Amino acid sequence: MAGAYARLVNSPVGTRLAGQLGLPRPVPLRRYAVGEPLVHGAVLLGGPEPAVLGARVGELLAREGVVVVGEVAEAVGGRVAAVVADLGAVERPGDLDVLRAVVAPALSSLQPSGRVVVLGRSPGQAREVAQAAARRALEGITRSIGKELRSGATANLVLVDDGAEGNLDATVRFLLSGRSAYVDGQVVRVGTGTPVQPDDWTRPLSGKVAVVTGAARGIGAAIARVLARDGATVVCVDLPEAGDSLAGTANVVGGTALQLDVTAADAGRRILDHARRRHGGLDIVVHNAGITRDRLLANLDDSRWRSVLEVNLGSILRMNEVLLGDDGIRDGGHLVLVSSIAGIAGNRGQVNYAASKAGVIGVVDALSVDERLRARGITVNAVAPGFIETEMTAKVPFATREAGRLLNSLNQGGLPVDVAETIAWLSQDANAGVTGNVVRVCGQSLLGA
Amino acid sequence: MAPSSQPRRAAVIGGNRIPFARANGTYAKAFNQDMLTAALDGLVARFGLAGESLGEVAAGAVLKHSRDFNLTRESVLGSSLAATTPAYDVQQACGTGLEATVLVANKVALRQVDSAVAGGADTASDAPIAVSEGLRETLLALNRARTAGQRAKALARIRPAHLVPDVPRNVEPRTGLSMGEHMAQTAARWAVSRLAQDELAAASHRNLAAAYERGFFDDLVTPFAGLSRDENLRPDSSVEKLARLKPVFGKGEGATMTAGNSTPLTDGASVVLLSSDEWAAERGLPVLAYVVDAQTAAVDYVTGQEGLLMAPAYALPRLLERHGMKLQDFELVEIHEAFASTVLCTLAAWESEDFCRTRLGLEAPIGELDRSRLNVNGSSLAAGHPFAATGGRIVASLAKMLHEKGTGARGLISICAAGGQGVMAILEAA
Repeated sequence: MAGAYARLVNSPVGTRLAGQLGLPRPVPLRRYAVGEPLVHGAVLLGGPEPAVLGARVGELLAREGVVVVGEVAEAVGGRVAAVVADLGAVERPGDLDVLRAVVAPALSSLQPSGRVVVLGRSPGQAREVAQAAARRALEGITRSIGKELRSGATANLVLVDDGAEGNLDATVRFLLSGRSAYVDGQVVRVGTGTPVQPDDWTRPLSGKVAVVTGAARGIGAAIARVLARDGATVVCVDLPEAGDSLAGTANVVGGTALQLDVTAADAGRRILDHARRRHGGLDIVVHNAGITRDRLLANLDDSRWRSVLEVNLGSILRMNEVLLGDDGIRDGGHLVLVSSIAGIAGNRGQVNYAASKAGVIGVVDALSVDERLRARGITVNAVAPGFIETEMTAKVPFATREAGRLLNSLNQGGLPVDVAETIAWLSQDANAGVTGNVVRVCGQSLLGA
Repeated sequence: MAPSSQPRRAAVIGGNRIPFARANGTYAKAFNQDMLTAALDGLVARFGLAGESLGEVAAGAVLKHSRDFNLTRESVLGSSLAATTPAYDVQQACGTGLEATVLVANKVALRQVDSAVAGGADTASDAPIAVSEGLRETLLALNRARTAGQRAKALARIRPAHLVPDVPRNVEPRTGLSMGEHMAQTAARWAVSRLAQDELAAASHRNLAAAYERGFFDDLVTPFAGLSRDENLRPDSSVEKLARLKPVFGKGEGATMTAGNSTPLTDGASVVLLSSDEWAAERGLPVLAYVVDAQTAAVDYVTGQEGLLMAPAYALPRLLERHGMKLQDFELVEIHEAFASTVLCTLAAWESEDFCRTRLGLEAPIGELDRSRLNVNGSSLAAGHPFAATGGRIVASLAKMLHEKGTGARGLISICAAGGQGVMAILEAA
């Protein structure tokens, strides 16, 4: 998104100046549109044997008709769209050198908005300390690569549990595609579960019923649009006072509008009744509704403190009692919560907001290991947006806004659609192996990193 | 007649309106088409009808610009409904919204359509202003002129007085009296007290405010132009405050009608969704109520034989007789509050043995209405009254109220209209 800085460095004079001074230059990110291929070019696939995960990805790429190469030189024009490095076989730190050998030569050949996807095994399941160390080292490597990449390219790490090799597809697809435009420097843990591959990858949510709270505007409206684009029927929820914008969202996505305050005692029941009665059930719940009431802690009054915690956290706990009940969300369903980078890093003047958004992560942690939910195959994840261009951030003072845009590896703010794409991915049945994750959509922001 | 062509019940699925605004208030710059389109879009969103082709949409406006000759169809085209949804305009003064509801309910009942929307919009702010009759004649003559000489002759006929525009007024063309003046005559005839009128007005505000507070309108109203509640609503209204207002209609000692117990000029729009049971079931839509029957009546107010707004009093006995009902059988009664005195005169007439015998031809009076069943969630005195939008407001609200009462509960709607007319309908909870 073009802020003042981005416009400057992309102007004819600014481009030369930025080049000479070595200033970061934000580029338009590759974003998904229906029918787009996973990547626009060849994928370099490598890693030490046995590259079980890499083989799996190779099959996926072959099905998609993507050219897979073992060296950059094999690619047409000497450019690759992505590098996928399978480091699942590393036993000790010494083995990591292979990653350097595979990835390093490719980095300068990456297309704009290129992708580096590192595949590894869960450090927690390592047999030995040296293996755990090597596995964990991948995180540092991947995050550093993310910071070295330019021109909209991203680097992410996928850690796969034992026995979850078959659950990799949805995540790799997401990370390679334009859907993950603003997801950078993240670690996604793929566990066991029973993924169901969609008949049509352009409509991975086909036949599903989703509820999105806070859907009238901004990120919530984008979530509704993306879920609907991916095939879901969307129930759009927002305050009665926001009903006109809400109706706009609902009519654009062909869903229904439900005007209610998520803090109402019966909000969960009314949402569930609406979804069941009108649409026959509920598969996906996105807790997106949220407010900010910023004040330094010293000046934070009771009402600002309470309202933020109540809307952003209390209402979720209360609605979940009904939505996650036995007659609530269907088995194999998905719950996605919207946290925030402030919930991870904290933020000046946002003690209340940070409390609520950190609390959201607590909810994910607890629910994702809940035996009853696990038995029912319900996944629980969160996204944590960084600086996203919305009406809200447009009101942030100029200097703070420009800093928010620039202090990340992609040197720009994200768009609501970037958050929405990430949520849509976490809502896929094909992604049933991913639960308990908090995925930041922040362009690898320096905050809380 | 084949079984499949037997009449069926017309279901009320729900409704939507935009908050009503005081004239020259928040919607001062809004057109009827903007408001009707917004009301439609809110309805479409509530019931997930985007892109759907409905049987028809019937709506109208009382104060209408000539450019709005196809108001409803244009609103449909601007809405999220499929462009293949037919539409037409209906107009029966303040009875427009309810008459439109009756019309489409009958079409559903006769299997001519499976789904339909009825409604109305009105703006007293964006009123059509016509040129004076003299100027209009001159302009038409100019239009017919073929030579420069004829054109010059036509233009020469323009007089300064012609330039005074013709602004629509709330008066009866045949009497030259405003509606309020007419009502003041009827109020005097029935000796309706100032206190009783102010009490009714205060109750309207109190009830409407309470309904908003408990979320009753969460699925009946969609905000518009920054307004999320009716602009005329005064939650803190009281008999004491209303008592301080000066009378605006009627003359001298007997004048009782004030700006507080009369409905203000208002802007707004409302729509109601009706369908067959099957159409609703296919979409998982809840049926709130059914349209049982309707009756329209008119009175001779021109000669002064009857009050301008008393026609509903005459419609009721015909409805009651058809259904073997008493007024007291209705669990809820909605009498449109054109003026507080309209409601009170109507109730007084039904209680009067003389009126019921001589005017309605009944052996016994219709009797008293339990006031706890009357306009329980407020009415036009508090919400305001954008003429054609009032019917839709009441039908949707009453259908929801009856649904809350439980299956079989019946409710009565009474709306008086300019020209000495009245429209009534019976709804029954599904």
